[in-house]
Amino acid sequence: MAMEPRGKAPHHLVVVGGGMVARRLVDALRARDGEGRWAVTLLCEERRAPYDRVALTSYFTGRDPEDLALGGQEIWDDPLVTIRRGVAATAIDRAARTVTTSDGRTLGYDSLVLATGSYAAVPPVPGHDLRGAFVYRTIDDVADLRSYVESLRGELDRPLRGAVVGGGLLGLEAAGALRALDVDATVVEFAPRLMPLQVDDGGGEALRRLIEGLGVSVRTGTATARLTDHLGRVARMHFADGPALDVDVVIFAVGVRPRDELARGAGLEVGERGGVVVDDACRTRDPAVWAIGEVACIGGRCLGLVSPGYAMAEVVADRLLGGEGTFPGADLSTKLKLLGVDVASFGDAFAQEPGALEVVVSDPVAGVYKKLVMSDDAKTLRGGILVGDASAYAALRPMVGRELGGDPVAHLLPEGATPAPTGDLPDDAAVCSCNNVSAGAIRCAVTEGGCTDLAGVKACTKAGTSCGSCLPLVKRLVTTELEKSGVAVSNALCEHFDLSRAQLFDVVRVQGLTSFSEIIAGHGRGRGCDICKPVIGSVLASLGTGHILDGERATLQDTNDHVMANLQKDGSYSVVPRIPGGEITPEGLLVIGQVAKDFGLYTKITGGQRIDLFGARIDQVPAIWKRLVDAGFESGHAYGKSLRTVKSCVGSTWCRFGVQDSVGLAIDLELRYRGLRSPHKLKLGVSGCARECAEARGKDVGVIATDNGWNLYVGGNGGFTPRHARLLAEDLDTETLVRTIDRFLMLYIRTADRLQRTAAWVEDYEGGLDAIRAVVLEDSLGIAGDLDAAMAAHVGSYEDEWAATLADPEKLRRFASFVNAPDEPDPSLAYVGERGQARPATPEEREGGAVLIAGTTLEVRP
Amino acid sequence: MTPPATTAPSSAAPVPTDLDPTDPDPTALGDTAGVWEEVCHLDDLPRERGAAALVDGVQVALFRTHDDTVHALQQYDPYCGAHVLSRGIVGTRGDVPTVASPMYKQVFDLRTGACLDPVGREPVHLATYPVVVRDGVVLVGREPRHGSGPS
Repeated sequence: MAMEPRGKAPHHLVVVGGGMVARRLVDALRARDGEGRWAVTLLCEERRAPYDRVALTSYFTGRDPEDLALGGQEIWDDPLVTIRRGVAATAIDRAARTVTTSDGRTLGYDSLVLATGSYAAVPPVPGHDLRGAFVYRTIDDVADLRSYVESLRGELDRPLRGAVVGGGLLGLEAAGALRALDVDATVVEFAPRLMPLQVDDGGGEALRRLIEGLGVSVRTGTATARLTDHLGRVARMHFADGPALDVDVVIFAVGVRPRDELARGAGLEVGERGGVVVDDACRTRDPAVWAIGEVACIGGRCLGLVSPGYAMAEVVADRLLGGEGTFPGADLSTKLKLLGVDVASFGDAFAQEPGALEVVVSDPVAGVYKKLVMSDDAKTLRGGILVGDASAYAALRPMVGRELGGDPVAHLLPEGATPAPTGDLPDDAAVCSCNNVSAGAIRCAVTEGGCTDLAGVKACTKAGTSCGSCLPLVKRLVTTELEKSGVAVSNALCEHFDLSRAQLFDVVRVQGLTSFSEIIAGHGRGRGCDICKPVIGSVLASLGTGHILDGERATLQDTNDHVMANLQKDGSYSVVPRIPGGEITPEGLLVIGQVAKDFGLYTKITGGQRIDLFGARIDQVPAIWKRLVDAGFESGHAYGKSLRTVKSCVGSTWCRFGVQDSVGLAIDLELRYRGLRSPHKLKLGVSGCARECAEARGKDVGVIATDNGWNLYVGGNGGFTPRHARLLAEDLDTETLVRTIDRFLMLYIRTADRLQRTAAWVEDYEGGLDAIRAVVLEDSLGIAGDLDAAMAAHVGSYEDEWAATLADPEKLRRFASFVNAPDEPDPSLAYVGERGQARPATPEEREGGAVLIAGTTLEVRP
Repeated sequence: MTPPATTAPSSAAPVPTDLDPTDPDPTALGDTAGVWEEVCHLDDLPRERGAAALVDGVQVALFRTHDDTVHALQQYDPYCGAHVLSRGIVGTRGDVPTVASPMYKQVFDLRTGACLDPVGREPVHLATYPVVVRDGVVLVGREPRHGSGPS
């Protein structure tokens, strides 16, 4: 009956809704349904795959909807999963077990899950539908808001004014969005305090002070009466009492209502205040129909947080596969960063339990309010509220219902004043509430799952992969567990070294070691391997201790560094001369073209704005480089774990829109950092304006011009796990920018793991990006002078390693094709023509005797 | 670099003791020059690194370890189909001298050709060649021994 392809799966599940909870259901089902019993069709009304709605406000800083993508997008390539974007369900026929969709089709189902979520409620105040009044729920909502604000700004020559109706969680998010759009914001809340559902009066007062300190006005205890317009656009807000407020834009953030209209139409029971009524298995009265997430009315109420929704998704996945799972009840704990202010609330935050004691630490000067709710004997933690500093949240929340130990006040002191109580966290304590991962599951991932680091545990348990607030706790648990089981080898480089790369770097630097033999004799065992040798080669090179092919040093290098070219699949190499900033003269282009022609090389433009020459035999590489060096080219280090390129856009020199000379800066940076060896490759980018044509935010270090200087982003990359770089500092002058990049790169080189790119390093760095910012901008560790000196030493000692090699007959010997026939080409290389150039012959072409071309064997000297 | 002089080895040469008993009788070197080929001087081989050689027209990978033992394996890497093994990184796994393929990093025992780490693929073992170093000259046997797994 189903009209969708569903492979060979015997059962068909239709999921109505495309939010985070729907996505979780698909993930959970596909993870557990190894036999492929269920094919899934997801009807997704928005034109996007499920995205991270919790992070909606980051849309204003990241600008790109891709930033909100949830991890694991490959799920949509699963043959048993069909996602239909932009298609809504319009009716359910429960008797026939079919769903009608907005594109006029009918889908059969064996089970149907309603995950339609909520819509943003709009209070019935007059004027709520004027232009300029918005809700805050979807990417489209925020995109509309932004384009309205941007077009208004173009018209009006004055600061824009905005108001948010609703001072709860969503309202403060929306106020943050207005601030990000550079709109003055006023938050209007009916209740006498902000976030009335999460914090008490004391917390609300602290929150108000913090938020007002950020330039957001707050009006509590205020009812909005009506909105009035000027020429159809919202212009003024009127209140039940008090003066009116002039506004250009209004956001309603007063709550959400379940989208239960499909269920109502299908005759399913709905709750008193809406929501599809389900039992604790998330099933409606109709055994084939389920509801999960915000639309589900479970235990008599709808739950507007993502973590209970995730728990419901897990229950349904379990049930569909014959399990007996039930909804464990909602943990309504929340931790948020609103407008940069930490707010957390957990457990019995309002001390509603009889006899509960409250322990409060309030410091209006520091802008901190913390409260723990304890049992009547002051031993057991019941809940708490943290405003201004929620660093204790990850450690405290899992302790709810357990004896805290010691003086409760100690747990409220600033981080570091007392050790967090993690070692004895019980196994059943929930550590990651987004993904419902217990301390025991994390320990088990280490002891039985074979995970040996944080990344492994994250992948295995999903802990910390949603909001990330529990990561510090997960990390401590993982470390503790590894140490306990004696697997402290997680840091060890390989069987020859117990030290991590960062530790080795320090040892080599502090002791001034310069050879592999010294290092392995003093700090390792055996004769090394393909893991530790290149690492030590790289460390010695980073420390500027000489040419990578000097003496014993040469034995450490992977073939790419050893030949100073990139090994290709047939055993030939490719050669990439440096073209700083992607700027090249016509004469330079002619030289590269002539070299390619003379040696019969295949040429391709790289992603880093330079030219790659393929098909060079090992014995040809020095002759190719002789020609390039004579013409003024230098090694491009395309083969090294080192600076690759600094990509640039055209910049203000030619571009109509450019505000700074991006090419000039890119060249300066590339010449500054060329030859800098690092734990992994480094790519930089410089864009001359906010249009970002250089794609700098996809780089380890990205620089984007502003009217006032440069914005510096760090930790981006493409590749298998693309990451957008995050803002490190704004509006820097060029000198400060270069100094900051110097320190960032040196800190990375000193402390990162082997083959760890900057994105993962930033994530792993104790304290994350904020801590790195403190080191490089405020010298919080007192090492800035040292980092500056190290970079100065690199810049001062740079030499082109290809020019140096050509001048040294001893180094050139290694390029012989055969030790007993140095100029005899590798007889196995074979090429065929394609699109006017040579490419390696396939095995079939070799077997079939296809016409092979001479390829790289012709060297014509002019 | 010039190939080493091609004077036939003297039959009075000391017999290496590490050769497999099934090898061609090394004492017969003098009158069966067809079995062995002089390839280079030991000094032509960098220590703890490989070098390629042509032995009877076949590509062979030579490795000189830190104790100056020379090993010879097939140069052909069965995992990528290219002749590249001499360009791998030389090291140890426990006490076993090894090379890691420069292409996909499979690790092989330099003494036996056994694949010690197939990097998620099926293990394929490499052919080895007998090697004799005499008077600073490296001789490689023309007959390969076919590879087998670790014993």
